[in-house]
Amino acid sequence: MICSTVLVPSGVLGLGFDLKALENGLKRKPNIISIDGGSTDSGPHSLGSNTSKYSRAAIKSEWKILMQAREASNIPLLIGSCGTCGTDSMVDWMEDITIELAKELKQSIKIAKLYCEQDKNFIKMSFKNHKVLPLEPSLKLDIDIIQDMKHIVALAGAEQIQECIKTGADIILAGRATDTALISALPLMNGADPGGSWHGAKIAECGALCSNNPTSGVVLVEFDQTGFTVEAMSDKALCTIETVAAHMLYENADPFILFEPGGYMDVTNASYTIQEKGKVRVEGANWIKSDRYNVKLEGAKIVGYQSTLLVLLRDRHYVENSKTWIRNLSNFLESQIQEKMALDSSSYSLEFRLIGVNAVLGELEISSGNPVEVGVLCIVTSKTDTISTEIAKLINPFLLHYPLTDNEELPTFAFPYSPVHSDRGCVYEFALNHTLELNNPMEVFRIKISEV
Amino acid sequence: MSKLAENVSRIRSKNAGPFWITIDIFCGSTEVYKDVCKRLNNSEVADLLKIQGQDLKRFDIEKLNVIKFSFPRKIPQGDILDRDMHGAQMAVLLSEINL
Repeated sequence: MICSTVLVPSGVLGLGFDLKALENGLKRKPNIISIDGGSTDSGPHSLGSNTSKYSRAAIKSEWKILMQAREASNIPLLIGSCGTCGTDSMVDWMEDITIELAKELKQSIKIAKLYCEQDKNFIKMSFKNHKVLPLEPSLKLDIDIIQDMKHIVALAGAEQIQECIKTGADIILAGRATDTALISALPLMNGADPGGSWHGAKIAECGALCSNNPTSGVVLVEFDQTGFTVEAMSDKALCTIETVAAHMLYENADPFILFEPGGYMDVTNASYTIQEKGKVRVEGANWIKSDRYNVKLEGAKIVGYQSTLLVLLRDRHYVENSKTWIRNLSNFLESQIQEKMALDSSSYSLEFRLIGVNAVLGELEISSGNPVEVGVLCIVTSKTDTISTEIAKLINPFLLHYPLTDNEELPTFAFPYSPVHSDRGCVYEFALNHTLELNNPMEVFRIKISEV
Repeated sequence: MSKLAENVSRIRSKNAGPFWITIDIFCGSTEVYKDVCKRLNNSEVADLLKIQGQDLKRFDIEKLNVIKFSFPRKIPQGDILDRDMHGAQMAVLLSEINL
């Protein structure tokens, strides 16, 4: 007997989905529409700067379709990790969009918001009390580093999402949450097999990426007491044993184990069968509950301010000797910066990447070729935006004219635009790879209800 | 001698959170899987990735004809020295390994 049917429109709001596939999915009478709204995949900037990676226009346009689908089907609509990073103000940002749409669509709705952002003082206290525990690979952490963080979020699990569902809200806007908890919460609440609930959630977390047509987006998962079945909703997409099983490997360091708040899932003994064409049946995953309830933390802190410059080499002599050229140039610039700005090389970072040579792999590159041209990307990072801009301006003329040897004509390379330097502003880094031990799942999470 | 990519059906790599990279080699058949399992040497892969041998985790997944490698990234995702945030180009290195 099916305990819960979950419709997943796509791997993330903002990426798009097939409208016909969504329509097909709604006809199957799901109990909830669940979608992810974030990730750390685009780096620390979203969390550090408290901004969404996707445009508001893209989010609003897709959210409108999902709000209409919810209204027509009269089922809850759930999004997690609002605004990419899932901070409190990104939950409010998503609420703004929701209220705006509710007015445009003339909908009356109850909204539950789950806040996941953490107070620095509480994290410091927890750290002192040995409640903040390192994950592998361990990062250095102390009170000062915690103080330096711009934002810290805790990843909600199924329990916190279930508390939101229990409020009877039409729309749930969750802060940072695990991708899987958004899908597993309802089936777990309704008595589905715990191992199957988490496994099905992991398979469906990226939408139709578990099918042979990833861009179609929409998948439907039916959860029951022994496992789950998954199928893609587009007429042009099929789930096969290979596409489904392969998704367990995706973005997972361990292909069998997935840690979640309150325990871990083990799929070592999972079996996959074709129930009918395009519909894969999965059973056999285990959920192992842990003694303690830990949630994962994410934090971002400022590393500095960045300016970049790009110069293009087309002259064959320089293209062939680009590595020597930047080595010489780098040493020369270091002395210029020391001389003119009285800055020691330890107080800033000046990096050159040779596009066309080894910009992607750096020291790992094993192939070489004869590029027609080489792009030289210079990345300046320092403590302030003023210093980074000054360094960028200081090195500008040398990037344009620096010769390989003293006794050759002064070269002039290609600058592709004006101004040559781009100020990238503040740059951040991930500063936590830790969990936080809780006394109860709601200890550091808050729910607020609003009606419109 | 042939390149690994010429023998298997697909090789992909991806970040697994901000601190790990994972590489999946889909062999496509039991025969290729068994052959690649035998010939793919862990220390050679670790050297290629310039990481310590003990940091490289290997999973031979017979059920799926997949060999998976995971390792902590030396430069975390989005760090100022990071060159490929999603680590998805790293698969190319393995593709070009000689078997």
